[in-house]
Amino acid sequence: MVLGLLGGPCTVAPSGATVANFCDTPGSLHIPVAYFSIAPVLILAGGSLVVLTVAAVLPKRSRPGLWAFLTAAIGGAAAVVSAFNWADISTRGPRATIGGQIIYDHFTVLFELLIASATVLGALLSDSYLQREGLDGPEAYVLMLLCGSGGMLMAASGGLVMLFLGLEILSISLYVMSAYHRRRLESGEAGLKYFILGSFSSAIFLYGAALVYGATGSTQFGEIGRFLATNTIANNGILLAGMALLIVGLGFKVAAVPFHFWTPDVYQGAPTPFTGYMAAVAKAAGFAGLLRVLLEALPTQEVNWRPAIWVIAVLTLLVGSVLAIVQSDLKRMLAYSSISQAGYVLIGLQAASKQGTAGALFYLLTYTFIILGSFAVVGLIQGEGEARNDLGAVRGLSKRRPALALTMLLFLLAQAGVPFTSGFLAKFYVIAAAVQRGQYALAVIGMLAAAIAAFFYLRVALLMYVAPGDGSAAETAADTSLVAGLAPAAGTDGSGADGHVAGGAVAGGDEADGGVTGGVAAGGRRVATLEAPPATKVTIPFTVGITLAVCAAFTIFAGVSSPVLDFARHANMLF
Amino acid sequence: MGYPILNVLIFLPLAGAVVVMAIPAARADLARYIGVGFAVVELGFVVDLVVQFKTVAGFQFVSNHSWISAFGISWHLGVDGISLFLVAMTALLFPIAMAGPRVASNPRSFMGWMLVLEAGCIATFVAMDLFVFFVMFEVTLVPGYFVIAGWGGLRRNYAAFKFFIYTFAGSAFLFVGILSVWFLVGRRTGHNSFDLITITRTASHLPLVDQKLILLAFVAAFAVKIPLVPFHTWLPDAYTEAPTAGSMVIAGILFKLGAYGILRFGVFIFPTAAIDLAPLLLTLAAIGIIYGAVVATVQRDFKRLVAYGSVADVGFIVLGVFAFTSQGITGGVLEMVNHGLTTGAMFFLVGMIWERRRTLRISELGGLQKSAPVMAGVFVLVIMAAIGLPGLNGFVGEFLVLVGTFITHRWWAVVGAVGVILAAVYLLWAFQRVFQGPARGANATMADMTWRERGAIAPLLVGIVFLGVYPAPVLNRITPSVSNLLAHVHSVDPHFKIPPSGTTKVVYAVPANQAVDGALTGAAR
Repeated sequence: MVLGLLGGPCTVAPSGATVANFCDTPGSLHIPVAYFSIAPVLILAGGSLVVLTVAAVLPKRSRPGLWAFLTAAIGGAAAVVSAFNWADISTRGPRATIGGQIIYDHFTVLFELLIASATVLGALLSDSYLQREGLDGPEAYVLMLLCGSGGMLMAASGGLVMLFLGLEILSISLYVMSAYHRRRLESGEAGLKYFILGSFSSAIFLYGAALVYGATGSTQFGEIGRFLATNTIANNGILLAGMALLIVGLGFKVAAVPFHFWTPDVYQGAPTPFTGYMAAVAKAAGFAGLLRVLLEALPTQEVNWRPAIWVIAVLTLLVGSVLAIVQSDLKRMLAYSSISQAGYVLIGLQAASKQGTAGALFYLLTYTFIILGSFAVVGLIQGEGEARNDLGAVRGLSKRRPALALTMLLFLLAQAGVPFTSGFLAKFYVIAAAVQRGQYALAVIGMLAAAIAAFFYLRVALLMYVAPGDGSAAETAADTSLVAGLAPAAGTDGSGADGHVAGGAVAGGDEADGGVTGGVAAGGRRVATLEAPPATKVTIPFTVGITLAVCAAFTIFAGVSSPVLDFARHANMLF
Repeated sequence: MGYPILNVLIFLPLAGAVVVMAIPAARADLARYIGVGFAVVELGFVVDLVVQFKTVAGFQFVSNHSWISAFGISWHLGVDGISLFLVAMTALLFPIAMAGPRVASNPRSFMGWMLVLEAGCIATFVAMDLFVFFVMFEVTLVPGYFVIAGWGGLRRNYAAFKFFIYTFAGSAFLFVGILSVWFLVGRRTGHNSFDLITITRTASHLPLVDQKLILLAFVAAFAVKIPLVPFHTWLPDAYTEAPTAGSMVIAGILFKLGAYGILRFGVFIFPTAAIDLAPLLLTLAAIGIIYGAVVATVQRDFKRLVAYGSVADVGFIVLGVFAFTSQGITGGVLEMVNHGLTTGAMFFLVGMIWERRRTLRISELGGLQKSAPVMAGVFVLVIMAAIGLPGLNGFVGEFLVLVGTFITHRWWAVVGAVGVILAAVYLLWAFQRVFQGPARGANATMADMTWRERGAIAPLLVGIVFLGVYPAPVLNRITPSVSNLLAHVHSVDPHFKIPPSGTTKVVYAVPANQAVDGALTGAAR
């Protein structure tokens, strides 16, 4: 029974030759472990232990930079090893290892590279932030490494059990990371919210896994796929219910509408570098799981899940981009923006084709660098104690730090999908995949959502390039009328945590600056100030500077040339 | 000779933008001269392009490099008679717009964005790959946005937002349309390609319903950009709020991207569908001509008046293009160039008045010809060109358009002719109110044009007169390409009768005996 649950490939050798060497004696309980194939996971997980050990051995806790350096080195090592893995797979072919629990293919390695890079960049970002906030210590980095290893496991999983294992490792680390800022109330709130909602979604996922197992008799993706391909289930209610629950559980992780309610609060409350890391890694790992489940285990059910994903994608695109417009908080805005970006990945997933998968992978790859870069900038300008997260914090940034403003502009344009940034090619890729499956309506909706989204990216860009004292009444009045024209369509902010109510209720004679955000004062509790921050110079620590440079370079490089595109194209799956 | 001239034309302004931005802040004033210098050198290269251009049909100076091979995207550039003078006009208008009006602040960024905009516009005109075209079409929005938002009038943010979002939303349809034709053609030919020639050869064999839907998607995008009448509401705001230089290039060049796109990528790729859709577009164009003229008449703001006048002028271009006659399309192409010259000059003049008087309310102006006789004289010339006085460029274009339209669509031509009269009404009336009559207050002491301004506007005036008196050199270069286009329409749709003097053989790209750099080698390659 245990063996059956784990898949037991020794008795049923899936797809013949690819797993030939792993079961010497049929029926044996001994499962050989191919360490090389999971080396990146091992490096991250082992690395977290190393960091803990070093922390225990060293006499003094505060050693600026040490933990970040260690983490970055560990992440770098994982990235290097995954590059070797890639070459190994290219020569010897993809295969299932460790009793079929791990799938060792280019798809896995792409996510391992992505997560390893995100870990390196995340560690570099966290260093200066944690020191500034007086939170420096090894724990954050240990969690980050564990979270990364969980994400990698999700991508590499060959069955629902391993997927759940990875999901939990990832999630539990993220719960703690969200609540890491001890002195910020919002941070604790974010952690608690994420934990409660996340536990629910884990339970839902698990229930779905159980139902799918009940319907098909296996938890292994390959086995499920083969079973469904060769058998017709007369009454497939259980299978469909299981499938729906799996989509819900993973949809929660990728912040797809309508499972997105935690996103704005958690993104807003979590420490900024961790938010960036979460946005990159949790989204990528969640999508890796979704792609594995839907395309490997349930490709035969395509006719059932594609409409569901279609609806989710449209909702995600529209809700994400429309609600982002009415946000007055930078991190909240980026949260909604990340929701709408998930919609594009869903378009790629919905295509259920090689093109679509490659597009989704390319999207995730490019988005990782864009979002890490964006949150790096937010982390810099927010000031100590995350004092300024409102939109006004970017006001006049171009005067104070022209290069930083230019970099942020690049990330914003990339998220809006302007050509010559990676964001454009990524959108192009998934939309092309949709068109190739004849999904013209979805393609048009996707592009129109991009036009809506362009509005709030541009608004931030504009604020950066407005002089700090340049708040002339006429100019902001113009902004007001524009936002008032658009906002009624926006409805109310889903979470309502701050009592933000959008609408046409912009008081004409309101504070000149308040107009820019379109009447956020309607709740009466909090008026967004868009005043420029005091003209202190934003200092850019060396580590953050490097991160920004890497992210910007990648965003341009992937936007004008094809190597990254080809990379994603070759990351096809084993089955 | 022998150098990749189109690539130089695209990358030179970009290099200029980098250089300008790299100037240290202390010497920021240098940016004006260096920026204009780059634009002038660019103009030199374009003169070389025009001189080397052979009066034959088909694309010349072709440059083709694989870019993103996974999707069949190539960096494919070429210029033919239709795009040649649009490139030339771009190169002419930019240095004038950059040198003429004064820029209040931050000349480095301004010159940088303007040069980026120039590169984007030229690349859009010479793109022979649908992907490259779309990318460049989109990219022009970013500098356009920043020019309006950075240096515009009081409501600049609103106008810039509206400009960007409207066009971006329109582009959504263009994007999906391009991807659809790419996919459908790829399925038919067996390999995916965004190449204009490949797609043109195959697209006409697609089912007519598909062709019509894709063309409609294209038209949606271009109609916003042009703009045709129901989609025009961004235009008055953008034109009015943009700084003088911005209005000049946005009105003069940016909207030509739409008109050019509809001709090159709509009519050329889907001739049959375009013929079917022509009545719709002709009607919209005719409505635009009348609507623009009527609304312009009642404007209180001088710049807004000119902006609405633009809406009317654009109608003529669309009218000519969709008349499907050699004269009509040639006239349409010529009108694009004409409109660039006259509107550019007109916005320049309006900008001068704004700089001096700080108001453009027509009721507050008056009698300016006493204090500024030279400006008044120049203005008369430009107005006459816009109205279509024989001997000036507007006449040639409008005449060809109306003749061409009359052959196939008589009543639309009648409406167009009424529009010519209305144009005379609102322009002359505006001139009367602004320049004639008694001069009161500051109007009596307004300074006349400076020598710098006279020098800057002179090339436009020369162009206006030259094209009016002796348009043959220009028409000789446009006509073969237009005939080629009509021959293609005929080859696709045999019911379509080619007007006389059209060639019957379709020359798709480079003639066999011509090297890719445009040189006639004599030997087949």
